[in-house]
Amino acid sequence: MNSIIIEARDIVTAFGDMLIHDHINCSIRKNEIYALLGGSGSGKSTLLREMILLQHPKSGTLKVLGIDLNTITPLEAQNLRRQWGVLFQSGALYSSLTVGENIAMLYHEYTDLPPKLINELVGIKIDLVGLPPHARFLYPSELSGGMVKRAALARALALDPKLLFLDEPTSGLDPLSSRQFDTLIAQLRDLLGLTVVMVTHDLDTIHHIIDRFALLGEKKVIAEGTLNEVLQYNHPIIDYFFQRGSYGIKD
Amino acid sequence: MQSSSTAHLEIINEHSHTLLQCSGMWTLPYLSTVAYQLETLNPESSVIWDVSHISEIDSAGIALWQLYHRAFEHKGLESKLIGANPDHDKLYRLLYSHTYEPEQPPKTHSWLYVLGHETHQNILGIGTFLAFLGEAFVLLVYTLLHPTQIRYRSIVAHIFATGATALPIIALSAFLIGVVVAYQSIVQLQKFGADIFIVDMIGISLTRELAPLITAIVVAGRSGSAFTAQIGAMKMTQEIDAMKTMGFDPFTFLVWPRVIALMIVMPLLIFFADIIGIFGGMVIAQAQSHLSFSEFVHRLQGALPIKHYIIGVVKGPFFAFLIAIVSTYRGFQVSMNTESIGYYTTKSVVNSIFLVIACDAIFSVLLTELKL
Repeated sequence: MNSIIIEARDIVTAFGDMLIHDHINCSIRKNEIYALLGGSGSGKSTLLREMILLQHPKSGTLKVLGIDLNTITPLEAQNLRRQWGVLFQSGALYSSLTVGENIAMLYHEYTDLPPKLINELVGIKIDLVGLPPHARFLYPSELSGGMVKRAALARALALDPKLLFLDEPTSGLDPLSSRQFDTLIAQLRDLLGLTVVMVTHDLDTIHHIIDRFALLGEKKVIAEGTLNEVLQYNHPIIDYFFQRGSYGIKD
Repeated sequence: MQSSSTAHLEIINEHSHTLLQCSGMWTLPYLSTVAYQLETLNPESSVIWDVSHISEIDSAGIALWQLYHRAFEHKGLESKLIGANPDHDKLYRLLYSHTYEPEQPPKTHSWLYVLGHETHQNILGIGTFLAFLGEAFVLLVYTLLHPTQIRYRSIVAHIFATGATALPIIALSAFLIGVVVAYQSIVQLQKFGADIFIVDMIGISLTRELAPLITAIVVAGRSGSAFTAQIGAMKMTQEIDAMKTMGFDPFTFLVWPRVIALMIVMPLLIFFADIIGIFGGMVIAQAQSHLSFSEFVHRLQGALPIKHYIIGVVKGPFFAFLIAIVSTYRGFQVSMNTESIGYYTTKSVVNSIFLVIACDAIFSVLLTELKL
């Protein structure tokens, strides 16, 4: 299965005079865990936001699930949004609703399933991400950082999306929780056939679960491929990012 | 077999068991009809689920099966599954890895408990407000003993924000109040041919009561809500904690500049509202009973003793203090969720308008008793 799920061609993004992306290309294949890497301000989150229709590039084409985002109609956009789940960095749970209501809301809006089944589904999603059952009655303000991430993941998985976007899923988590989160993501990818796109800084995540990634820097994609492929290249940013040679730990 | 673009459930009643023939796409968008079919199904014998013809299944499909599987077993019926393929099995194992027990929602309390709890909270609230007030005054005394710590820049900035920029809306409100009072009273006064007393009416009611009250209400809605929202947002972004760790006291930096600025501004705004309000009355007096502006002003000099004007203006700092202290206090109560900003901003405006009116009532009673 090598069909391409997301394809970015010649993406140019600029905020005013500040150029963020200078003709960026990358492609994400089905069923892989793909990461957008790069230092702070390298525009990886911006690229992610462009993929999920929160921002528009200045030029270039971006295709998600075969649909060109430049010529997308509002109806297609609405359909597309139902096929992906997004986990925001800070969780972005609706603070006026409990965790359970945050998840159930999607079922109420997009399906006409009976309340009993919605209740069951909310229960298994909460269980799936490793939250205790009573968490569904808590408000986001009553959750710890790790629980917020898990609850947000449960919400992102509510409609059984084929595509999952994660913005720094492990930031702010302790190392053990981070690894558990990684394992969970990998497990979900295998069992639910997900394609996962994430922005991350976590080197352990990169080593353990990422299949392929794009390293952004100097407004370009410096390298794209698997970890071993990328480490073949010689580039100061690659050395810096993976702390090779004079930058620290040996590889 | 039926078309596979939707979920199907065929119920076959055999003498020893009920066969549920499942087929098609058991995925989220298609499940509702099947779910209602299962809800109305009332099997009397053991149930066999044949899932071999399911073309696609997701977590909702598994959950639906599991829900009714449990329900049938709960009724004491046997529920068996045949034809499951390894993919179904893997998904099931992922979703139901633990023995899943539906959690009961926390109990809701009786109205009596809620009433008691709320009352208790409100009484405690008075305590925390008094503590806030006390701390504020301790720091005021400290700041006054160390005048270099007074935030003059901040005070001036707040004077501009709460005073100068409020002039248009105050002008408009005061003018309209002048117009309304003049219009209503002139009709009544004309019945007695006492048109000229419109001057007394306008002069005394506006300067003594209406202008201070209208100004305070506009300021509470405009600046009081802004104070709560500003401080609340700072609390949410941990700016207040940052200030504390740097030794910048929030009372000296945030509370007193706002309170002092508003106390300076309010009498000025009331004076401004007096003038505009009387002008509004003058316009109506001329239009309705041909009382010229010069006659009006001439009459006003005799009809309006200075004490009414002074009483009106003196109320200003009191109202300002109440509005500013309540709205900053509410700002500090904002907690880490986005909803609480809206909640406490509403509370701050409601509380400060109520306090202003209560304070005005006290003034009214006191001054009347003092024969002023």
